[in-house]
Amino acid sequence: MPIFYERKQLVAPGDLLAEDEYMNGENTYREDGKIYATRVGLVHYEDKRVYVVALKSFYIPQVGDTVIGKVLEVTLGGWVVDIGAPYVAMLRASDALERPVKPQRDDLPSLFDVGDMLIAKIVMYDRTRDPLLTVLERGLGKISRGQVIEITPTKIPRVIGKKGSMITILKNETGCQIIIGQNGRILISGKSPEDERSAIMAIRKIEQEAHTSGLTDRIAEMLRKEKSEKSTEVVEDVAKKA
Amino acid sequence: MSSKIASKIKQKRIAQLIARGKRLDGRGLTDYREVQIESGLIERAEGSARVRLGKTEVLVGVKIEAGEPFPDVPNEGVLTVNAELVPLASPTFEAGPPDENSVELARIVDRGIRESKAIALEDLCVEPGKKVFVVFVDVYVLNHDGNLIDASALASLAALLNTKLFNYEVKEGEIKIKPGYKPLPMRNHPIAVTFAKISDKLIVDPWLEEEQIMDARLTMAVEKDGKICAIQKGGGYGYFAPKEILEASKIAQEKAVELRKLIVKE
Amino acid sequence: MSQKKPEKLIDENDVRLDGRKLNEMRPLRLEIGVLGNADGSAYIEQGKNKILAAVYGPREIHPKHQALPDRAALRCRYHMAPFSVQERKSPAPSRRELELSKVMRESLEPSVFTGYYPRTAIDLFVEVLQADGGTRCAGITVASLALADAGIPMRDIVSACAAGKVEGRLVLDLTDVEDKGGEADMPLAFMPNSNAITLLQMDGMVTGEEFEQLVNMAVEGCKQINQLQKEALKAKYVAAKEAGVEKEEEAEEEAED
Repeated sequence: MPIFYERKQLVAPGDLLAEDEYMNGENTYREDGKIYATRVGLVHYEDKRVYVVALKSFYIPQVGDTVIGKVLEVTLGGWVVDIGAPYVAMLRASDALERPVKPQRDDLPSLFDVGDMLIAKIVMYDRTRDPLLTVLERGLGKISRGQVIEITPTKIPRVIGKKGSMITILKNETGCQIIIGQNGRILISGKSPEDERSAIMAIRKIEQEAHTSGLTDRIAEMLRKEKSEKSTEVVEDVAKKA
Repeated sequence: MSSKIASKIKQKRIAQLIARGKRLDGRGLTDYREVQIESGLIERAEGSARVRLGKTEVLVGVKIEAGEPFPDVPNEGVLTVNAELVPLASPTFEAGPPDENSVELARIVDRGIRESKAIALEDLCVEPGKKVFVVFVDVYVLNHDGNLIDASALASLAALLNTKLFNYEVKEGEIKIKPGYKPLPMRNHPIAVTFAKISDKLIVDPWLEEEQIMDARLTMAVEKDGKICAIQKGGGYGYFAPKEILEASKIAQEKAVELRKLIVKE
Repeated sequence: MSQKKPEKLIDENDVRLDGRKLNEMRPLRLEIGVLGNADGSAYIEQGKNKILAAVYGPREIHPKHQALPDRAALRCRYHMAPFSVQERKSPAPSRRELELSKVMRESLEPSVFTGYYPRTAIDLFVEVLQADGGTRCAGITVASLALADAGIPMRDIVSACAAGKVEGRLVLDLTDVEDKGGEADMPLAFMPNSNAITLLQMDGMVTGEEFEQLVNMAVEGCKQINQLQKEALKAKYVAAKEAGVEKEEEAEEEAED
């Protein structure tokens, strides 16, 4: 049962990972009974499956994903939306308005205009057409405040954490509303720009150290330290003024 | 996968911060991004330099060839500046002949060098009326993150200062290259300073997203004694009040001194 | 203007002008991820060659009529900077640049899983900043890395190297002056896993036996380059990984205190 790398070792495209009885998983391909990597990443062997967690990849749409997009164009029947994938997505007017659309009376740009950011869900996607979006569910719609940052999509699960452990800490310690798009875009909306900055720096740190353990605790500590430093500053300021 | 359309909420935020005298990356209104200059990286060229202004990256190569003078100045060498906005520098650049942006960029850089008489062109005459040296300045933009003009002008100046003219002799009407060289004769060091107008404020060294929302853009080139030697208003749908232009000229003179120090060691 | 041409390219001890042995490659330096806007990028220095490669994509394809229904269209543009060669070259694309763009694309296409992204474009730009012979090979070598840096799934990393005949002797990795003064120049690109030659061209004249030797030489050269390419790719991420592991260890030490 030959395997050629240790667990979590770094591999490059074309590296031979395993032979024969292994099943090839994500970011690998099989040829002549041999399994090779297709991307740079960390190789994992699980039971009889070998796969690679890519260090850098781009988002491929999946039905059911929540994504954060940017309106590129307003057309007759809806909007063209950039979701950071190789394909642009379409949002039809019927997936944005509860009632039937009347082209003479409904002004599409007043709903969403070029440059607007929105939270949407992918309702349809296959190889023959561009992905279709909807904003008709709860929690979806135009983004009116906050900042949107981009991280590589493979790191999104780490920002969420096991059973949401990581994102809960981020929300609690910074007091920010955080909405995660599966396409690697994250909306952070806080009470002050400083709170938003703390959240953003924490997320960048998670992106850098995603493959290490104990990260959740380190992030929690970092945020608590920042909070206490800020409150001592406030106390000192008040003391000066007094 | 990158797109050319800017996000509205981000634009609003940038404009709001500038109205309060701050910028998104923490800079002051008259602060430049970090500048890195490296000279002499292309040995094949007679001179070269690369400037990194924040994430904007421009490479300039200088080549010297024999050519004919312009008929109205038969005793002078020729300066020609060309700019390439190569597609790898930005998703918005397409391959093809120079478009209006690349031509404008080349001409602004040219104007600063030419009007300040930075190169002693009269020292580049080989045979009056017949043979002179042509100085080709080729601006190659490698990464576009705003303010290509200042980065290109800075890199062009650094490349010219790095340029070596080979020794030569004329035999039977042909130029024969001899061993050794001397620096290209330079007399002035023009520096370009570009402003963007946003929220009725003037900011220096606009980065890409600031350029996308600016009302108007103004570039001023300042030579070594503080005289203004080239001006260009461009970009955006807006305009400047005369008072703003005068304010800009003062800031440009200050900034030119700062930037010049990075290239010309006193 | 004229410059002196060298008398001999290889001396009686089989040492070349730049001091190399007949089957020695020029020293190679590779850097990954050097440009901010591109989705993937890489830079190579091989002898005096300095070449930058960048990838945008997979992305929407323009003009739309170039779209392929079942795969991504790989588009390649090889271009030389005006100051990259001895006599300044006009920035307009020459016929040579057009031909090289095509053969380079064809050398990389077999390595990319274009079938995963129908109706898109993968745009590859190769800019030669300084040239000294063998730029199409160095260009393919660095372009393959830019594709990998962009996270585009690939079968293998493609490596390229030229072999040729100079003053009667068979040599590896010709410089510009060796190419111009020699009897044959043969660029070759290779995918090690599939044992596949994806680029092969030749200018000049060689016998059947010489040709076989040249192919073997170039393939061996490519295998060496392939190792260096993979090391360069991993080196970029090892640094990031080690930084993360360091922090892990620091945190453990602090916890023990």
